[in-house]
Amino acid sequence: MIELFHEPSFNFIGRRRWAYIVSIAITLIGLAALATKGLHYDIDFTGGTLVQVRFEQPPSVATIRAGLTRIKLGESIIQQFGDPREFIIRMPLTTTSSEELAKRMEGALKQESSLGNFEIRRVEFVGPQVGKELQWQAIQAVLYGLIGILVYIALRFDLKGGVAAVVAVFHDVLVCLGAISLTGREFSLPVLAALLTIIGFSVNDTIVAYDRLRENRGKFVPKGKTFADQMNDAVNQTLSRTVLTSLTVFLSAAILLFFGGKTLEDFAFVLFVGVITGTYSTTYVAAALVVDWTRYFEGRVGRGKKAVVKA
Amino acid sequence: MPRRLWFRIGLVTVVIAISLFYLYPPKKRINLGLDLQGGIHLVLGVEADKFVASQTERAAEDFKNGLERKGVGVKKIAAEGLGQIGVELANPANLNDALTVAAEFSTFDVTNRDDKAGRFTLAMRDRQIAQLRDDAVRQGVETIRNRVDQFGVAEPTITRQGSDRILIQLPGVQDPERAKALIGKTALLEFKLLDEQTPVEQALAGRVPETSEVIFQRIVDKDSKTERKQPYVVQKRTLLTGAELTRAEVQADPNSPGNWQVAIEFTATGARIFGDVTEQNVGRRLAIILDGNLYSAPRINERIPGGRAVITGQFSVDEARDLAIVLRAGALPAPVTILEERTVGPSLGADSIRQGMIAILGSAAAVVVFMLLYYRLSGLIADVALVLNLMILLASMAAFGATLTLPGIAGIALTIGMAVDTNILIFERIREELRVGKSPRSAIEAGFHRALRTIIDTHLTVMVTAAILYNFGTGPVKGFAVSLFVGLAASLFTAYFFTRLLFDIVYVGRRKVESISI
Repeated sequence: MIELFHEPSFNFIGRRRWAYIVSIAITLIGLAALATKGLHYDIDFTGGTLVQVRFEQPPSVATIRAGLTRIKLGESIIQQFGDPREFIIRMPLTTTSSEELAKRMEGALKQESSLGNFEIRRVEFVGPQVGKELQWQAIQAVLYGLIGILVYIALRFDLKGGVAAVVAVFHDVLVCLGAISLTGREFSLPVLAALLTIIGFSVNDTIVAYDRLRENRGKFVPKGKTFADQMNDAVNQTLSRTVLTSLTVFLSAAILLFFGGKTLEDFAFVLFVGVITGTYSTTYVAAALVVDWTRYFEGRVGRGKKAVVKA
Repeated sequence: MPRRLWFRIGLVTVVIAISLFYLYPPKKRINLGLDLQGGIHLVLGVEADKFVASQTERAAEDFKNGLERKGVGVKKIAAEGLGQIGVELANPANLNDALTVAAEFSTFDVTNRDDKAGRFTLAMRDRQIAQLRDDAVRQGVETIRNRVDQFGVAEPTITRQGSDRILIQLPGVQDPERAKALIGKTALLEFKLLDEQTPVEQALAGRVPETSEVIFQRIVDKDSKTERKQPYVVQKRTLLTGAELTRAEVQADPNSPGNWQVAIEFTATGARIFGDVTEQNVGRRLAIILDGNLYSAPRINERIPGGRAVITGQFSVDEARDLAIVLRAGALPAPVTILEERTVGPSLGADSIRQGMIAILGSAAAVVVFMLLYYRLSGLIADVALVLNLMILLASMAAFGATLTLPGIAGIALTIGMAVDTNILIFERIREELRVGKSPRSAIEAGFHRALRTIIDTHLTVMVTAAILYNFGTGPVKGFAVSLFVGLAASLFTAYFFTRLLFDIVYVGRRKVESISI
């Protein structure tokens, strides 16, 4: 049989201090990117009008902008979208209605004769009120997602495990947001959906490790095994599964990213990054935090064996 | 084979049969979202307070008439604020008479009473305001549904969303501008007399009598496509509205070739009012006004009996047809504004389907091959379970009438990745048990048993996030949450129960198992 790891016994937990440095560094890079470059919110959240146009011949951005300047929409964001003939034009909120705007845009582009024929394939308009609501709903969705997970793990395992898992998930969300900001991608509704999926995925891994730890502690624990050793065993025992699962989800995400088309690209990108950080954070954020937290309490209370995971 | 095994085989067979029943024929069974088949998604906000305001004005008018009948002189009656009517009597001594009349208006309370000045306010009760607001949205939904039905859209969705919003989804509509114009039009048709005493120039300068107002007629020059606005002075009083209309038909305009007109017919009451109005105002001009735009103002030559009229105004055949539709379907009780709009052309939808299919097939193929290489026969079992998972997922979506969107397709692609996770968990566990020297049979037993708790935990947490996503998301995101949720629920059945069954059939049935292909 093919085996990725044969009875692995890597010292993951022992090297957690290094991992903390790595995690903090990555998180800081992410935060710095968010602070300096910020997030480009899609019109879903800011409100505005988006028009997707396909031209018969590949046009130049300058010509499109020249056409739009005529109707005082020169400030619009013009982006190539996948195919060289396909463009997305984003216009900020104006007092003009969306249909009026799309119509005027169509007229202006028609006057620019070098652009040739074109087809308007998609129009999206989000009013200011809806944009604000969606922003609020996005924050709520992430918060409730985190709370739901915290409560679930706190009930099934214990509070320490729940908090550590949420910190790990939070870390993943920050890393993904940082990656979006660094690559200049849009933060849109599908990206939000991907973030929530990553929350679920990352917590999945953490639960598998916790479950194993709990099971092992229910059995005979050899003398001299510290809690850190036990956690390290649990991580090692579930290592093949973690890596294999991450690999299959990673494959799915990669195929979405490279073959799913432009519309799904940002969504797939977040999954792609999220799978990597989610797998990492299970061991080096969630498990490591539980170990240090437990050590801290054991050292302070001095009564030893009271551990995270009750059998 | 043991009887329990037969029972489990039976259960799986039933599930497969039900899935096939719901899936056949697939083209008709799966609802495609607007992003896949093209169409319009609209969220309209109903300005429900305007309906409250118009009802308040009507009540003010009724109250004034009531006072006149009682012979109570009035200094001022006007709607002020939401649901409030300010009343000032000519003679404060008549206050009691006025209050008797007010008592008949059961949805109003008398407040701010000032006996000395003969002043009081009629305030609409909060419950009545809430009721009217609700009515405005409900009638709006009905009216729009009526219009869309007459326009002819296959399988439209028109539902109320929240307290004051209407969600409209029109799949496969080719001309979004026209559909939006049809839906968004208030379509308030009014007949008013022209005020020919006041010169237009004077009115434009701001000197308009209190009973009149300036209304414009839009005149489009067909050759140069330019638009100009012709002002008219019109009396404010509405003589007749489109509410009294029974028919509206498109006709060729006999006076202007190439243009079309809409012929309308009034109800019996409408016809009587129309007859009276035309009789009393022979020689004057009657303005036909739709949503605040004047369309025509023909001179009344004689009494018009029978309640028929035509609306002319440079209409193309489509414009005339749409106007007839909105007139027949009736006016919206309150104006609406577009809060959100997503229009996808059919060619883009087709592209998305193609790319989505490539993504699904690609990720399925990658995962299937991977499992086969890594776990051999057990991998094949997991692959069979994966196929069943997809079947149940699609069948459930068909059975619940859920909609498949592009993010939904992404959710399916992701489900494929996550569904094999369960099998990986179990298989790794079985390998471990084999390593510590257990016999193949007890290794299978222990592997499935020990992995169960973890599997339930992992499924439930992701399903919790999917449920939250469903509750907070809008259209496309909801589609993703649905397919993720259903896919996970199905995976509990296929990756655990069904895989176990296959293992039992392959290994447990035999007398002696030497090794497991895992």
